[in-house]
Amino acid sequence: MRRLFRRLVISAAAFCAMQAMAAETSPVPDTLVQRIAACTSCHGEHGEGGSNGFNPRLAGKPAGYLHRQMQDFQRGLRHYPIMEYTVGPLTDDFMREIAEYFSAQDVPYALHDVPATSPAAMARGEQLATKGDSARAIPPCMACHGPNLTGVQPDIPGLVGLPYDYISAQLGSWRTNTRNTVAPDCMKTIVSRLSDADISAVSAWLAQRPVPENAHAEPEGSLTPPLRCGVLGGGT
Amino acid sequence: MKRFLRVFAAFALVCTAWTASADDLVARGHYLTLAGDCDSCHTARNGQSFAGGHVVPTPFGAVTAPNLTPDRETGLGGWTADDFYHAMHSGKGHDGTSLYPAFPFTSYTKVTRADTDAIFAYLKSLPPVKLAHTEPALRWPYSMRSLMGSWRLLYFDEGEYQPDPKQSASWNRGAYLVQGLGHCNECHAPRNTFGAMITDPFVAGGLVPVQNWYAPDLSMGPNGGLSGWTEADVVALLKTGRSRKGTAFGPMADVVIRSTQHLNDSDLAAMATYLKSLPERAPPRQHESAADAADLAKTGQKVYADQCAGCHAADGRGKGDAYPPLDGNSSVVEPTGINAIRIVLSGGFAPGTAGNPRPYSMPPFSQTLSDDDAAAVVTYIRQAWSNKAASVSPNDVRAYRSIPGG
Repeated sequence: MRRLFRRLVISAAAFCAMQAMAAETSPVPDTLVQRIAACTSCHGEHGEGGSNGFNPRLAGKPAGYLHRQMQDFQRGLRHYPIMEYTVGPLTDDFMREIAEYFSAQDVPYALHDVPATSPAAMARGEQLATKGDSARAIPPCMACHGPNLTGVQPDIPGLVGLPYDYISAQLGSWRTNTRNTVAPDCMKTIVSRLSDADISAVSAWLAQRPVPENAHAEPEGSLTPPLRCGVLGGGT
Repeated sequence: MKRFLRVFAAFALVCTAWTASADDLVARGHYLTLAGDCDSCHTARNGQSFAGGHVVPTPFGAVTAPNLTPDRETGLGGWTADDFYHAMHSGKGHDGTSLYPAFPFTSYTKVTRADTDAIFAYLKSLPPVKLAHTEPALRWPYSMRSLMGSWRLLYFDEGEYQPDPKQSASWNRGAYLVQGLGHCNECHAPRNTFGAMITDPFVAGGLVPVQNWYAPDLSMGPNGGLSGWTEADVVALLKTGRSRKGTAFGPMADVVIRSTQHLNDSDLAAMATYLKSLPERAPPRQHESAADAADLAKTGQKVYADQCAGCHAADGRGKGDAYPPLDGNSSVVEPTGINAIRIVLSGGFAPGTAGNPRPYSMPPFSQTLSDDDAAAVVTYIRQAWSNKAASVSPNDVRAYRSIPGG
């Protein structure tokens, strides 16, 4: 009996030791998700976006758009220190692979708070997004970002489900020259025609808008943008 | 007629041979510019290759790297091979002015005439780009170029590399690359008040001015920064950006991406052979730790278990090829603690190279760890296992919160 007990104890100890060794030496998963911990820790494992207003959702955004943003950070056209630092040492192929990963993710949208906005400002925001302001040569957001503002493959991002803080910060950054891209930069042209109040209004309207049931980007070629844009291959 | 044909054939042969050797020269020059990491400074971010415009920050002010393309007005179009050698070897410009040592002629002086000629031939083969030069924006009194005369007398030791006949050909090749084109000592050594690099001891580690990353000691001997590394580890790091013993990051990641990954195996092995022969270092002075260092490390141990041990392992040995060991890691125990602080705050990818095109990465902890917790975990990893480095304080962490890439 004592022998049996001893044997049991020894085999249990050996089992525990093996378990511990397995935990210590378990191989690192050879997956893209494991490799891009630097991305997912802020943007979420499926690119669902951070809980604050500034780590945007990446899931489902067109791959060409996401790839372009990484290239722009790397080339110093778009400025955001931690992003410039993070994508700095990556090869173009790897950035493309990362872009495709996040683009293929399909996860529910989070809801974000919208700051108190007057009905007049909300109406102005809706006008800018849906009809534009021809007197100031401002095309509507929908002219490029799609009739449901869900973006167009492969280069135009959707504007749905984004927090107010993120949208207004991006519009502001075109103004302060911290977000640039290949010329001609049509978003820069458009933003130069917006007033401060316009930026708040359109950001609030976009942020409060419910996410449509089908939030996927429109197919390639389904829209003809009203401006010539470098990011859409209209560069010189 | 036959005679004419024969002469023609001979002429054609000579021509082909001449073109082929000119092509060889250009190709060799291109390789040497990679070894010298020339385009890191002479190409602006998003700019055209070798057209200059990149601003090199120095403690004395900004120096903009000039245009090296053969444009006649703004580049090297009017330069001769002699002019170019003079710049590389003596640190003098086309018009005889003294160049500022942001251009590392202090190291390039070791490069042979044959190699500078090859580099010049390569630069001449580039498409000319018109991009006017920006004068250095140095603070007074450094803006007075005449001061360079005394500086050169004190700190510039002109002269090509002299092979050591007692050493192997590989050792000499390695020494030539490390001391000359590789200009390793320009970062891996401290600089004095006047910005001159310390050359004795050689590549013994230093803080990169303005960029504020610590370039560790490169001795592989006892007490050296790379103590415990094999020559194969050094080659792996230079070729792929990672090794069994550590991963390149910060400015070194850029060096691997733009320069060393493109060097051939025999040159990398030669550099490792030379580094292996560097003398052992004196045991480090026991750094003073803060009075509350023991408490900090205790908190840090908990943070480490929660946040870090999953990848770097409880025993600090890292995991496979993906996550480097922290025990004995030169960047963890370097004298300042800056590297570990910055990596904890900013995380980041290992360099993407041909040998490691899909690197693993570390999350940035700037948004999740407070200054206190980051200081605690850095103090812990600097004092755990076999590591014996000084503690860091929350104030040290605060200084690096807002500058990820630097």
